[in-house]
Amino acid sequence: MAVTMLAPLAIILVYSFLTRGAYGGVEAPSTIENYTRLWDPVYAEIIFRSLWISAVATALCLGLGFPLALFIARSGARKNLYLGLVILPFWTSFLIRTYAWMFILRDTGIVNSVLQSLGLIREPLPLLYNNGAVILGLVYGFLPFMVLPLYATLERLDPSLLEAAADLGARPWDTLVRVILPLCAPGIRAGAILTFVPCLGTYLTSDLLGGSKTVLIGNLVQNQFTASRDWPFGAALSLALMAIAIGLLFTVRRRGEELL
Amino acid sequence: MASDTVLELRQVSKSFATHRAVADVSLEVPRGAFFSLLGPSGCGKTTILRMVAGFETPTSGEVWLNGECINALPPYQRNVNTVFQGYALFPHLTVQGNVEFGLKHKKGSDDTNRVSSDLVNNVLKQVRLEGKSSRRPSELSGGERQRVALARAIVLQPDVLLLDEPLSALDPQLRKQVRGELRDLQRRLGVTFLFVTHDQEEALSMSDQIAVMNAGSLEQVGTPREIYAQPRSRFVADFLGEMNWIDGIGVRPEAVTITTQGRKAFVTGVTYLGSFCRIEMKLESGEILAAQAPPGTSYNTGQAVCFTWNREDEIHL
Repeated sequence: MAVTMLAPLAIILVYSFLTRGAYGGVEAPSTIENYTRLWDPVYAEIIFRSLWISAVATALCLGLGFPLALFIARSGARKNLYLGLVILPFWTSFLIRTYAWMFILRDTGIVNSVLQSLGLIREPLPLLYNNGAVILGLVYGFLPFMVLPLYATLERLDPSLLEAAADLGARPWDTLVRVILPLCAPGIRAGAILTFVPCLGTYLTSDLLGGSKTVLIGNLVQNQFTASRDWPFGAALSLALMAIAIGLLFTVRRRGEELL
Repeated sequence: MASDTVLELRQVSKSFATHRAVADVSLEVPRGAFFSLLGPSGCGKTTILRMVAGFETPTSGEVWLNGECINALPPYQRNVNTVFQGYALFPHLTVQGNVEFGLKHKKGSDDTNRVSSDLVNNVLKQVRLEGKSSRRPSELSGGERQRVALARAIVLQPDVLLLDEPLSALDPQLRKQVRGELRDLQRRLGVTFLFVTHDQEEALSMSDQIAVMNAGSLEQVGTPREIYAQPRSRFVADFLGEMNWIDGIGVRPEAVTITTQGRKAFVTGVTYLGSFCRIEMKLESGEILAAQAPPGTSYNTGQAVCFTWNREDEIHL
């Protein structure tokens, strides 16, 4: 198990210190140039864009996922139905579902054609191939990863604590802010990590919904192994991605321990 | 409503899907009283408490607090506070944070932070929790947690403090000690207590008045002495202490004296209980009778004895 997990990682690590081969693959001699290139403004910008798009998508997932999880946790006997609906999209391919979004958002897509036929707009709105479309796709794709851990903590929340808050004069909003949110911090952290990390590494969503304008780290990595045939740089990029993810993970965990 | 009545229930009923938890209960709680709702589990006493707190709405009838019908008020607008059975302390807050929680919702609390911190310190002293203000509930003993729950509620100076079996989570040794403390605190503060319990000894030892409930209905309201000595129903007689029923007359075991003359019986069991012996007897008619004898006495199973009691100890229902 450990071998099957670590062996590919070890290969990537070795490749990242080698020189690119003319037709792909890797050659000697070893070099650290693949890592120094990461600081090139062109790549730094892509990394930065990946970070903020993932952050926005995670924040939106939290904003949408929290009320949804709260609703499900309080819906009694219908809980399992709603949870099933949250998980339902996983039964079809992520690729197909992302294509579906293209059909909805493109110039001749459902949204634009409906708005046009209603006479609300003359020219189609540029809904596809921008950061907004990528964020929409990410939120759509990863919302369940936020909802499920949030639901798990909300479900375990002792209802008598909510009664106690009301009993002590807290209005529903105060109860949410002063009792529910603090007690759900572990679920929020878990949901944020489970959403942010896959967002950061995404390439399919940005490729299909962002077009050539929204290149993220994932697309850059993919490019190195295909069109650019620069395997060592691709390896260095993917390790950098991993380092960022692990770094964030530890920060979030340590912050969580401080709070507890 | 009498002027010294702080809480009144007027023909309150509560039905859940299939059963009637509270049936047509009317009662008045005098201001400043230690008032207990006593009954077996499922008798509706907790439902009454929850209707006063605002967690349940009466199916019919009215709840009046301080001369005002509060049926329509949500819990956070009622000047009553609850000590929950499991205490329901906020695990993410310290003792101080728990006690301050409600103060932040009181009107004009923004500019009275110093007042509220004095208030918190004072209340923590009242319940002997000074020096524990920065602890988390998880770092406290059961008795301390119970006192935090109490402090958190009384700091808000409620018109009525609702206590839902607040001693049931404590171990028996501590429970007896806390009874006295709770009673003293209630006297000292003069706050009206509405105390829910299924433990008759608790109710008898602490209350000014007891309302005995059975199957959703009120059986009897009165002082502990009245309830014990003059029960108005067989249920009340049996639920508070033990009652022998001989020829339709009720008599408590402690009123039965074993003598050399009187009605005859056979001893069927002797139980030594420290401060007294419990003697079980069988009459010639087959009826069973329990009596209390001094701890030094010795009877044997099968022994023929006689017994008697005073007429004034009889209960006729």
